[in-house]
Amino acid sequence: MSASHTLSQGIESMDVTTVSDRLSRKVVRNLKERAIEAVLFAAASISVLTTLGIIWVLVSESYHFFEHVPIWTFLTDTMWTPLFSEPRYGILPLLMGTLTTSLVALSVAIPLGTIIAIYLSEFASPRVREVVKPFLELLGGVPTIVYGYFALTVVSPVLQYFFPLLPGFSMLAAGLVMGVAIVPYISSLSEDAMRAVPMSLREGAYAMGSTRFQTAVRVVLPAAISGVLSAYILGISRAVGETMIVAVAAGMQPNFTMNPAEPAQTISAYIVQVAMGDLPHGSIGYQSIFAAGLSLMLMTLFFNILGHIIRRRYREAY
Amino acid sequence: MTTTNPTLPTKAETRDFSFYYGAFHALKSINLPVVEKRVTALIGPSGCGKSTLLRSFNRMHDLYPGNRYQGSIVLHPDNTNILDPKVDPIEVRMRIGMVFQKPNPFPKSIYENVAYGLKVRGESSRSVLDDKVENALRGASLWNEVKDRLHAPATALSGGQQQRLCIARCLATDPELLLFDEPTSALDPIATANIEELVTELRERVTILIVTHNMQQAARVSDYTAYMYLGELVEYGVTDDVFMRPKKKATEDYITGRFG
Repeated sequence: MSASHTLSQGIESMDVTTVSDRLSRKVVRNLKERAIEAVLFAAASISVLTTLGIIWVLVSESYHFFEHVPIWTFLTDTMWTPLFSEPRYGILPLLMGTLTTSLVALSVAIPLGTIIAIYLSEFASPRVREVVKPFLELLGGVPTIVYGYFALTVVSPVLQYFFPLLPGFSMLAAGLVMGVAIVPYISSLSEDAMRAVPMSLREGAYAMGSTRFQTAVRVVLPAAISGVLSAYILGISRAVGETMIVAVAAGMQPNFTMNPAEPAQTISAYIVQVAMGDLPHGSIGYQSIFAAGLSLMLMTLFFNILGHIIRRRYREAY
Repeated sequence: MTTTNPTLPTKAETRDFSFYYGAFHALKSINLPVVEKRVTALIGPSGCGKSTLLRSFNRMHDLYPGNRYQGSIVLHPDNTNILDPKVDPIEVRMRIGMVFQKPNPFPKSIYENVAYGLKVRGESSRSVLDDKVENALRGASLWNEVKDRLHAPATALSGGQQQRLCIARCLATDPELLLFDEPTSALDPIATANIEELVTELRERVTILIVTHNMQQAARVSDYTAYMYLGELVEYGVTDDVFMRPKKKATEDYITGRFG
């Protein structure tokens, strides 16, 4: 009885002596929490505001452009010659250039990236992985302008050696090198997805008498498919938006063709050309890059949404 | 310890079998017979090595570096030493099926899950596959529940159904020996009862080795029981004998719940 009495007294007296202290600590803590929250919110806002700003600029400048050029002409005309004395504003040649270089790039990057991912995740010993991964990261870190000159000065001549009719600038050369540039993105994301597949699933496959290859391709890859598909989508977005490689190596002429053996201009390359040129601000030629940029952004947005849908559709719960 | 029932043939047996995880001596000179077309249960407290022993039968330990087998595990009637480095583990796993602790259906349809083992073995005839898939699903008492949605994803099934699907997946390839690694530890009581009933039915057609944490389960489903402790086989015998008249004090202590 007396023991419990002194105990409760002790607690009370402790409370009394520390209450103001605790109160002030609480105030300080709350202030700190709020400050941190504000900083975090500001950081998050920057990215949202930047996106909104970009959209605003693109849309408003494009609006002026579309006051002069009907949208229908923009979407259907097969010539893109905004800098000529008799300008034509059909986005199709640029769109085809973008799609063709992207297709060439992806036909390299998707198979190669997937194979590398399967190898690193399911076959490579830890030591091999430790050597290969830094190289892949290095490949992903090479500035694209370097890739561009590599395409122009190495890959193009090599291709010309085998196909003498190939021009010095071609979508093929640019696309192939762009594919190599995208490989690290696809392989590293796909590998992450495959390594996240639980070991119990692999054990199940092996226990059924699967070989390593069967386990990798028939069980692990399908289990990781949502991650692997998002990696592909990211690769597509990168290919569509890629600028320097195609600006340097694909030639700078809008060409209404999907033949990769020809030179062409992509949307992004056109934007570079005009942005670096001496067209006066406010001129229609200058505004055309915003319309082109808007098209590019809508394309990327489309692929991102597609990726989001695919991720949700194929997500596996283990 | 090598009290093989003379009247019944043995499907497999371990002979002076030891196993090492790196330097850790996990199993110590185990001699265990597995009687054909009977259920043999491995019981013992956590860490006693019962799962390790089970996973040695289909060389699951090969998947991880640093593991080492010693002695032999012989598969009858051809007297193949499963552990022989010259024996291809894939061949072994083709003959021995395994059901895991947590149901692990593949991210495929119900049909494709059951057909998986057949396809891996090169079977491609649609009619053969259809037949064997149906038989396997019937064998695992799952056919009636899934026959209308064979092409639905396997992950949409309940836990108990998934586990029966994993059993069907094994049955489709007619294994000689079926390994169960605590197959009901992730299931509710009703699903558990279903699986136990299934194990009892399956003993007619396949030899079964089952690891279980649950002693009542061992008593219910098994014909023979092996009690393991600290990597050693303490006692092996007919299940009723082991539970009613254990020869060793350690077994009795475990079974009566005084320890473990």
